[in-house]
Amino acid sequence: MAEGLTLDDLRIARGEDELLRLDAHVAPGEVLTVMGPSGSGKSTLLAAVIGTLAPAFSLEGRVWLDGRDITALPPEARRVGILFQDELLFPHLSVGGNLAFGLARSVRGRAARRARVAEALQEVGLAGFEARDPATLSGGQKARVALMRMLLSEPQALLLDEPFSRLDADRRDRVREMVFARARERALPVLMVTHDAEDARAAGGRVVTLD
Amino acid sequence: MPAPGAGLLRRAPLLTLLVMLGPVAAGLAGTLLPAFGIMPATGEAMPGLDQFRALAEWPGLARSAALSLGTGLGATALALAITVLICAGWHGTRAFRVLERGLSPLLSVPHAAAAFGLAFLIAPSGWIARALAPLAGWERPPDVLILQDPLGLSLIAGLVVKEVPFLLLMTLAALPLLRPGQSLATAQALGYGRVSGWLTVVLPRLYPQIRLPVYAVLAFSLSVVDVAMILGPNTPPPLAVQVLRWMSDPDIALRSRAAAAAVLQLGLALAALGLWRLGEIGVAWLGRRWIEAGSRGHGEGVLRAAGLTLGALSGAAVVLGLCALAVWSVAGFWGFPDMLPQALSGRTWMRHGMALSDPLADTAVIALAATAVALALTLACLEAEHRFGLHPSARALWLLYLPLIVPQIAFLPGLQTLAILGGLDGNRPAVIAAHVVFVLPYVFLSLADPWRAWDTRHGAVARALGAGPSGVFWRVRLPMLLRPVLTAAAVGCAVSVGQFLPTLLVGGGRVQTLTTEAVALASGGDRRVIGATALAQTAAAFLPFAVALAVPALAWRNRRGLRHG
Amino acid sequence: MRRLIAAATAALAATALPALADPDPADWDAVLDEARGQTVYWNAWGGSDVVNGFIDWVGAEAEERFGVTVEHVKLSDTAEAVTRVLSEKTAGKDEGGAIDLVWINGENFAAMKESDLLFGPYAEALPNWQYLDPQENAALTADFTVPTEGMESPWGMAQLVFYHDSARLPEPPRSMPALLDWLEENPGRFTFPQPPDFLGATFLKQALIELTPDMDALSRPVSEADYDRVTAPLWDYMDRLAPNLWRQGRAYPQNATRLIQLMADNEIDVGFEFNPNAAANAIANNQLPGTVRSHVHEGGTLGNASFVAIPFNANAMAGAMVVANLLLSPEAQARMSDPDVWGLGTVLALDKLPEEARAEFEAVERGPATLSPEELGPTLPEPHPSWMERLEEDWTARYGVAP
Repeated sequence: MAEGLTLDDLRIARGEDELLRLDAHVAPGEVLTVMGPSGSGKSTLLAAVIGTLAPAFSLEGRVWLDGRDITALPPEARRVGILFQDELLFPHLSVGGNLAFGLARSVRGRAARRARVAEALQEVGLAGFEARDPATLSGGQKARVALMRMLLSEPQALLLDEPFSRLDADRRDRVREMVFARARERALPVLMVTHDAEDARAAGGRVVTLD
Repeated sequence: MPAPGAGLLRRAPLLTLLVMLGPVAAGLAGTLLPAFGIMPATGEAMPGLDQFRALAEWPGLARSAALSLGTGLGATALALAITVLICAGWHGTRAFRVLERGLSPLLSVPHAAAAFGLAFLIAPSGWIARALAPLAGWERPPDVLILQDPLGLSLIAGLVVKEVPFLLLMTLAALPLLRPGQSLATAQALGYGRVSGWLTVVLPRLYPQIRLPVYAVLAFSLSVVDVAMILGPNTPPPLAVQVLRWMSDPDIALRSRAAAAAVLQLGLALAALGLWRLGEIGVAWLGRRWIEAGSRGHGEGVLRAAGLTLGALSGAAVVLGLCALAVWSVAGFWGFPDMLPQALSGRTWMRHGMALSDPLADTAVIALAATAVALALTLACLEAEHRFGLHPSARALWLLYLPLIVPQIAFLPGLQTLAILGGLDGNRPAVIAAHVVFVLPYVFLSLADPWRAWDTRHGAVARALGAGPSGVFWRVRLPMLLRPVLTAAAVGCAVSVGQFLPTLLVGGGRVQTLTTEAVALASGGDRRVIGATALAQTAAAFLPFAVALAVPALAWRNRRGLRHG
Repeated sequence: MRRLIAAATAALAATALPALADPDPADWDAVLDEARGQTVYWNAWGGSDVVNGFIDWVGAEAEERFGVTVEHVKLSDTAEAVTRVLSEKTAGKDEGGAIDLVWINGENFAAMKESDLLFGPYAEALPNWQYLDPQENAALTADFTVPTEGMESPWGMAQLVFYHDSARLPEPPRSMPALLDWLEENPGRFTFPQPPDFLGATFLKQALIELTPDMDALSRPVSEADYDRVTAPLWDYMDRLAPNLWRQGRAYPQNATRLIQLMADNEIDVGFEFNPNAAANAIANNQLPGTVRSHVHEGGTLGNASFVAIPFNANAMAGAMVVANLLLSPEAQARMSDPDVWGLGTVLALDKLPEEARAEFEAVERGPATLSPEELGPTLPEPHPSWMERLEEDWTARYGVAP
């Protein structure tokens, strides 16, 4: 199986009702945008890919990532990162704590981990923010922390669930550009669901529409 | 790839029901047997209805049963009416927020302490009469029957002041999901007043949410023992008190009659629930007609004022009662009609301080252990629900409320016999197990909603970041929900601290807690001793609430996102 | 009913006989050895400060002198202990029971003795029994006329004593008829704890003794008497008394301490207690004003002894016997009868005591609220316990269920 994220004849049903059906391949560095009105099962699709599909749903087909069949793996073993429209920073941890939570286990030793966190903050222009309470950050700052937290976990694919809809127009462009740039840089396949045509245009990849 | 222990977790709901309902079922069996004439040890084994016949011949039966029903239904209806009026008239106002803040302290006052306080307020020789004495020219207290009146009015008052805070808390927990603000605004735009709008658009959706707590209040009011002994009539007393009297009569033969009466008590509770259900249907029918008539209601102001006055009165009764108890606990001689004692003295506290501090350690150990067990089971159930997508049915909720609805007096004596049979009586673990039966429903009820309301996307993010299910639980969900978890634990501790009958019967007198000690000391009836013991009990029940407030405030002092969680 | 149970338990009694391992009070040194290190759970009513204080003192002495730890299990009603032991027997728990020693008398003792729930006989083999004189004081071996047969050991003498506030009522009524006459003129100013409260039942018995035409019938079981004839004057009296009682007899205080509270609240003018020193204790505790004085009825008032008994399945029998014996020591008795401590009458015969011990008793000073032995007058014996049961039942049927 090829590099990248493959949704191999994926079918999600709730009881008897088929919710959606999708067969697609997303190459490394490519963005696949899934559009559709609310209720079309966009978020359910993402849940199926990261592995948090509620037991009420049934899933057929396979999900492949870089040649691995991840369909039956628990979420934490899939190496698929996700960003929601809310940043969902853990409110009980500091900014540094949030990043350390995401940082892959392979980085060992307190000093090394701290350095890696500091570096990540620096990379998005938030140097020295380690001890800050995430609730005191601005929307754009939160989005950057969420992105870095996800990237530090060294995912092999990236899912985006309406990630920019909460930001105001000015910030939206910048954050969007930053996310896509990081994904390209790391050659990550990106699966984005959105109802915003502007997101789809900015992503520049293929667009699939659910109904 | 199931995590280790997943099987255990999946069975958590079953285990929980077993821990909670096993003792109730076993205890009921232990009560039913003697009621139908089977008492292994005294050698009586004459199955039949003799005990019920003997019970029917007791001349006070009709009055006693009627009194139980009347006070139970009356107290519940009144408490519910006050709760609804307060919410309808004042929800979302500043006065309401003040009231809200006073709720937890009011909830932590043990029933008996509130009843003693109220008794001293309203007695003919009490504070109110003393305040009126100079105006009325009373040198002696008027010889009028206020406490222990044959209709049980003061008993109803005593129950109402404690049940209003409970129902209010349950209502507040249910309200946000109903978005009452929006509905109310819509109704007001259609020309309804605040109260009539609330009653027509919010109440019909709210009531199903608080139905089970209301049933619990009804069952409790109907079978309460301690409050009834303090405020209720004695000629004859309500049935539950009479059951206890027969049970503790030296004439051993009366114990079978007590068992029969306990069965009747259970029947009364069921009958009352049936009657209440009929009442619900009737009120709903009348309500629909009223709504369809489009009546915009009159007397909005009167209803609002009534709600606030009654709510404030019931809160003030508890607070003033506690003040009275505090004064009594340091009183020298204090005769009628003096408003305050002639002299103050620390004697009562010095004498009983020791007696009360000895059982403190046992009280704490039992409360913490019972709460820990209940909390662990509750968390396991909720986590199993989350991980395996289980959907608790309405029936499961009923089962949860069962220990609160079955009268304690109907199953605890049977439980005691079984504990002795199993050689488990008189030791701490047995008492803890008995406490868990009552602690668990409260812990579950207070934790379930905030736990389920948690944004599961936090879990999805954490999993995607590489955390396993247990990692999510310990590192994300539990810390984020620290405040509701501690609040539930505080509720559990307060419930455990307040348990009297289970501690006494299962502990065999060898396990002494603050409450058993307080009841024994107060059995003498000296107001000074009652004052000191009731205050100590209140403090013990309130302390966990204070901890539950202080710990998250300290731990999350730099975490704005959790400050109002 | 009770007879039936007794018959039914007779079969079980065989298994409940003292096992070979039970300590023998005749070999006192062995008892002391066995008792050392034991913990005695003494179940005793916990509603009185002065009593609790005395029990604490006994516990400290037992610990210091005999290495026996005493845990006072405070009961709100002694019947709880009876129920407890019965439940244990029901469950077949014939050893290691939760109760080692219980403060008991009257109907509770009768019930336990009849159902074979007690260990013994042991009382008359206690070393300090030598200071008692059962010939002089019949109440020591007959508890409410039921022979104790060594199954319980006495430790205090109580007597019914009335009290009044001399500032409000200089001349209290001194007989049941006088009480009724006075109450008819001062309605609402007297009441009694609701039977089956022990003190309330005592009031009924006192009234019966003062009013009945046939005193002798009371010493035999009620079933052997012409009950209606014996009690008719009592019920006539009660019918006239009830409407004039506090709250018109529609409510009654629960117990003795509530009666004291009613006195302090100026709700009643006459109260009573089963302890000659009660008024003095209440004054010392700030419960009553200093002007309260005691009085008794002409012809005497009821008196009885308090006992301790050991359940058949007690865990620490030796320790329990050591405590029972300690309660009979001159030191403990002198302390108990000291009005500053408790003021209960001693069970010891002073002429049997050594010289110094006797002097200790004679030096006791009584306050103005306590009557001297001469003023207390004769002690009337308790009727057979079956009377108490029957009177309680009848009173409840007549006044206790129909306000």
